[in-house]
Parts: sequence; structure tokens; C-alpha cells
Amino acid sequence: MSAPVLHADNLARHYRVSRGLFASELTLKAVDGVSFTLDAGKTLAVVGESGCGKSTLARLVTMIEPPTSGSLAIDGIDVATAGGAARRRLRSDVQIVFQNPYGSLNPRQKIGAILEEPLAINRPGMGAAERREAALEMMRYVGLRPEHYDRYPHMFSGGQRQRIAIARALMLRPRILVLDEPVSALDLSVQAQVLNILVDLQAEFQLAYLFISHSLSVVRHMADEVMVMYLGRVVEHATRDALFGEPRHPYTRALLSATPVADPDRARNRMKLEGELPSPINPPAGCAFHPRCPIVFEPCPRQRPALEQKGDVRVACFAVDRAGRVTRGASAAA
Amino acid sequence: MSALPAAPRQGRRAWLLSNSPASRLQARLGRAYMVWLRFSANGLAVAGLAIILLLVLVAIFAGLLAPHSPTLGDLAGARLLPPGTPGYLLGTDDQGRDILSRLIYGSRLTLFVVVLVAVIAAPVGLLVGTVAGYAGGWLDAVLMRITDIFLAFPKLVLALAFAAALGPGIENAVIAIAITSWPPYARIARAETLTVRNSDYIAAVRLVGASPWRIVLRHVMPMCLSSLIVRVTLDMAGIILTAAGLGFLGLGAQPPTPEWGAMIASGRRFILDQWWVATMPGIAIFVVSLGFNLLGDGLRDALDPKEGAQ
Repeated sequence: MSAPVLHADNLARHYRVSRGLFASELTLKAVDGVSFTLDAGKTLAVVGESGCGKSTLARLVTMIEPPTSGSLAIDGIDVATAGGAARRRLRSDVQIVFQNPYGSLNPRQKIGAILEEPLAINRPGMGAAERREAALEMMRYVGLRPEHYDRYPHMFSGGQRQRIAIARALMLRPRILVLDEPVSALDLSVQAQVLNILVDLQAEFQLAYLFISHSLSVVRHMADEVMVMYLGRVVEHATRDALFGEPRHPYTRALLSATPVADPDRARNRMKLEGELPSPINPPAGCAFHPRCPIVFEPCPRQRPALEQKGDVRVACFAVDRAGRVTRGASAAA
Repeated sequence: MSALPAAPRQGRRAWLLSNSPASRLQARLGRAYMVWLRFSANGLAVAGLAIILLLVLVAIFAGLLAPHSPTLGDLAGARLLPPGTPGYLLGTDDQGRDILSRLIYGSRLTLFVVVLVAVIAAPVGLLVGTVAGYAGGWLDAVLMRITDIFLAFPKLVLALAFAAALGPGIENAVIAIAITSWPPYARIARAETLTVRNSDYIAAVRLVGASPWRIVLRHVMPMCLSSLIVRVTLDMAGIILTAAGLGFLGLGAQPPTPEWGAMIASGRRFILDQWWVATMPGIAIFVVSLGFNLLGDGLRDALDPKEGAQ
């Protein structure tokens, strides 16, 4: 087994929030103590509701923002201590595909220019003809025709634009691709097409995907491992089959039961969450999930459960025992 | 069937409007044609363009068009002749010079001032605005406070001060007007930059390692250009008026240069008895200013920078 291509250890990103001139500043913990590893050719999905820190995690991994604490290593090289040249190389190892394909392409640049720009910046030795050749080759990989080379982004549909964005992200042949809700802005029919291209590209280039999504059906299709986040912390981290087969954390169970299933005969045993996501500026004491948790009991408001290996999953919940069995609530009885 | 071979004219139109251009040239021409279609749908804008084109043609062919010399008059036989006098269509001034010829040669000065001010002020404003907007922080604060200082004075007063300090003359008038007209461009460019700088495509090029200069020059500035072009065109009327104002006050072009503002100044002494001496250059200034305003309005509608996003 080769070393993981991405290793995040206790990553945190805190923002200082000013409340005006005279009030003291507050700290918003957007991401707090997140650790994971990612192997080449594998997909790690990050799920959670809006505001749980998914996108901040993407910005940390892509080095758009530096972490407040914790370390991030790509290919075994620590990002924080890497010098100029090493850092530049690391930058081209991690690329991102944004959610909105309408905002991620410069409307004044032709597709060819968009795709060649990463090469023009990072491969100074490359001639114009070589760059064009590389751009055309990548366009073929994502299913675009050569005549698209001279067109502007506004001439394309959302799905085509997203494929252009994917092609641009792959121009530097990165090892890691962060996909920040890459299909949530697209039609259902186009989603499948883009996802299939992503699967093919992963096999072709041995890419590691950090796949951020709030659509569990897409995650089920794509992921090898799934990480569930709540208010900046990981509450459950498991392989896809373990997580979808037997979700342990009550939040994960609530998320899964909210996913519509196209089967009218199946009993709808929905688990509803009460209340809103609490403010990340002032999270609840103890387990951040306890005000909304259906199986809350004595230790929850007082102590924060650590993310621990329990059975075959990593989960942060007092109601799960060492072997990974849920000891309380409805599914414990089942 | 309607799928018959299209007429050549329609064929050209379809070629221009094609959503699948076969070459770089076709894509570029198609884009320009779209702008032209939007522009030409606006009758007033086309009228403005016609006025400006006429001004340019008159300025180029002034030597051929002018019936008399713009500076040498017939003091003995042709002083203050009214409009319509044979040989002097718009009359003559107190030096016996043909007003039409002076207006025709004056168009060169007007264009000279307008173009030079635009060429000096617009890039300065663009650079200051985009750098301030993209860099943010203290650099933004310093650059914008300098801009505010220039904006705090009325334009004509500031131009007057600079022109007085530099000495009268058309070149100094140009410099004075340019110094006073860049701040609004910097403001516009900064505002535009602030909306562009947080977009995903800027984040994407930053992620591939583009330097701040590259981002400002290649990604931010092109997005600011169209609103800047519109603003500069709309400002040209103001530039002409400021230049005329400086000329009127004796700080612009010096006699006997046929500058329109200076012509009004010299005509004001007999405005009640020989009204045409001051009125004719006034009409010229009015028409050209109007032309630039109409053109600017039309360009604003045609070049709407959001057009590419739909």
C-alpha cells in the first residue's frame, strides 16, 4: 500500500467575527479538529447540511486559505513548511471544481485560453502549439469536440461548462481534485453524465477525490468513504457500505432517512430533526448535536464525545458502544 | 421548405450569429456583430455615432473643406459679416475671419483634446482602480484617499488651478483636464474589480499559481473595460466643455488658434449686435457634446458587461 496522497491532521479554521467597535471579537469555528487521509484513486465524500464547514474544508485543502491550526500534508510534504518551489508544485497537485459552472469560467476568455492558462503559468518551457495540443487532448477526455476550442463560455450549457471546469482543473495533472458540490447546480440528467466522466477520469489519472456534497444519492454513487460533518466537526467517518448499511450517529441516520427513496411500498420510517442548525459562533455545550438529537441522554449536554474507532467506523456519539452498536433509541431495538 | 439555400445576405448573417464558429475570426466577428445589432437598434445612438464620425471626417479633411484660412482674415472688407453672406456661410468675426473655416479647423483641436485626455486619464484610472480593488488593505485605502482628494474639488476649478500653474496653452490644458478626470475612472474600475475579485474563475486562476499582476492585467482589467469605455465616452462631452471653459477664460488655446471656447470668449464683446460670432462655436460645442453623450448611452446599452453571463 502506498502512502496516502493527502493527510490532514486536526485541521481547524477559525474566523474572527467583529461585532462592531465596542464589543469584543468572537471566534467562529468553521472547521474544528478534522483529520482524515485520502489515497490515490479513492473518493472521500464530505456530507452535511449548509454551514457545517464543508466548503471551508475545501478551501483549506486547496490552500486558498491557511488553516488556523493542524497540519496538511500532500504526498508527505507538509504544506505549512514547504518553501516557494515545493509550494508551487503542491499547488498544482490540488485543484478544485466549483459548484456553479456559470461563475467559474471567465466570460471573456475562449475555452482554449481558459484551458491553456494553467500551462502558460506553470510550464514556461511549453510552446503555444504544445499547449494547444494538451488542451485539445483534455477536451477529448471530458467529451468536448475540437471545434469548442474557439468558443466562449456563454455558448455552452451548464453540463458542458462543468466539463470545461473539470478539464481546466486537470490541465496540470493534479493528484487531488476537490469537487465542491460539482453537480448540484445541474439538471438530473446532466448530473449522471458529469459523474460518469468523473469516474472515468479517476480511473484514467488515478485521482483522489475530495467530494463535497449534500446529495446522499450522489455520494452513494461516487464515494469509497464518507465523512459526515456537523458544525465544523466530523461526527461519523466510515466506508460507504458501512455508513449506508448501518448508520450509527443519530445525525447520519436523520440525514439518510431524509433521502427520498423511489419505492412506494417501503415503510417510511422518517426521523425528523427538530429546530435549526445552531449558530457556529456559539455552539451548544457538550455534544454540538444534543439540542436536536432524538436519543439525547445524561452525558450529552455536559461532555463532548470524541471521534473514536468503534467497530468498523469512526463515530463521535455516547450512544454507540465499543463494538459500534447503537445502544439507545429506535434502531437499537430494531 | 424553408431549408432552401439562404440568400447571401442572410447567409452572412447566419455565419456571424452562428453558435458554432469554425474559426477564431468568426467567433470574434460574431461577438462584434452582436454588439453592433444591439447598438444599431437604438436610433439616437446611431445619430450620436454619425455626429462623431462627421467630426472625425471634418477634422481629417479640414484643409479641403475650409473655404478660407482659419487665422488670416480680411480686415478691410469682411469684418463682422452676418451669416449667409456670399462666401461666408456662417459670417465672419471681428478680425474678418470666416467662422465656418475656424469651426472646421477647431474640430481638430477638440478631437486632439478629447482623445489625449481619454488616452492619459483612462489608463491611469483603470490601473489605480483595479490595483486598489484587487489588493485591498492599506494600498486600497491610500489609493482611494488620493482619489477622494482629487474628487473633492470641482473639476473646472481644479483644472483652472493646474492650467494657471502650468501656464496657458492647449497642451497644458490637456494635462490639467487629464489630471482632474481620472478619479471617477478609478472609482468605477475599483467597484467593478470588487465584484469580480471574489468570483470563482479568479479563485481558479489563483489556484493554478497566477501572479497578482497577471490576474489584474488579464482577468480583472478586461472585465472593467466596457463600463470604463462607456464612462469615458459619456465624459467626453464634459471634457469638451472643460476645454472650452479653459479656452474661454484664456487658459486654454491661445489666439489666433481657432479653439471653440476661445472663439466664444472673443465673440462675447458683441454678442448683442453680432450674435453669430459667439453663437456658431456654441452650437458646434453643443452638437458635439450631444453626439458624445448619445454615443455613450448607446454603448452602455450595447456593451452591458453582464451580457456574457446570461
